[in-house]
Amino acid sequence: MTFVWAFIVGGLLCVIAQLVLDLTSFTPAHVLVLFVVLGALFGGVGLYRHLVAFAGAGATVPLPGFGYTLVEGIAAAVKTKGILGLLTGGLTAAAGGIKAAVLFGLAAALIFKPKA
Amino acid sequence: MHQEDSDQAKAYQQLVKKTQPKKPILKNVVWAFLYGGMICLVGQCIQTAFMATGMTSQAATSPTTVVLIGVGALLTGLGWYDQITKRGGMGATLPITGFANAMVAPAMEFRREGLVMGVGAKLFTVAGPVLVYGLSAAFVVGLVRYLVTGVA
Repeated sequence: MTFVWAFIVGGLLCVIAQLVLDLTSFTPAHVLVLFVVLGALFGGVGLYRHLVAFAGAGATVPLPGFGYTLVEGIAAAVKTKGILGLLTGGLTAAAGGIKAAVLFGLAAALIFKPKA
Repeated sequence: MHQEDSDQAKAYQQLVKKTQPKKPILKNVVWAFLYGGMICLVGQCIQTAFMATGMTSQAATSPTTVVLIGVGALLTGLGWYDQITKRGGMGATLPITGFANAMVAPAMEFRREGLVMGVGAKLFTVAGPVLVYGLSAAFVVGLVRYLVTGVA
């Protein structure tokens, strides 16, 4: 069932983003920033965790999942390191994705030529 | 004079509104749902494959993200992700593959401006704002939770 919910929840998050894009003067970059912040907020109040438990990748693959990961990482780090965890937890949890994005991004930009 | 200006401005705005192509919102929304859903379904398949090696679903999230970012970067390099975004709209942009696309596409395009200010800087055209506001929002949320509950 997780597969079905991943499709539906992931699709619906994208629908909300599409509506924000079409009905406001936001650019896609604005929408991405808005959604990562919303992910952090909904992660903070404990709602996004339920969505992740329920829809799996449908909640973690869209960008709000990134905001949620940052908040969860902070929560875990504060437990072990105290208040310093507020600064280290977010990037620690997201390190794999960020480093992969930089490395793969750099490699792709160097290897491929843009189509005219 | 001012009245005339504002009248002209209003008339211009109306003209813009009339001649601007109408956004096919319903069509955009349907495609966003299908593309976004499909990418998340692929993500769930990858995550399930990692879980089959004994990872918990939480532990499998990070390597799944890494694979999807790699796929997004590769498809962008090949010029295919542009085609996906053209139809999928936010359904292709909101998933993490779209985030990879938003990094690679400007970096490729501005490569002629050099490896530092071209590729290096343009990789963060969209990723930069997302990281700045994502990290800041997460910090504020964590701080508030820390102050309210004593743990974040």
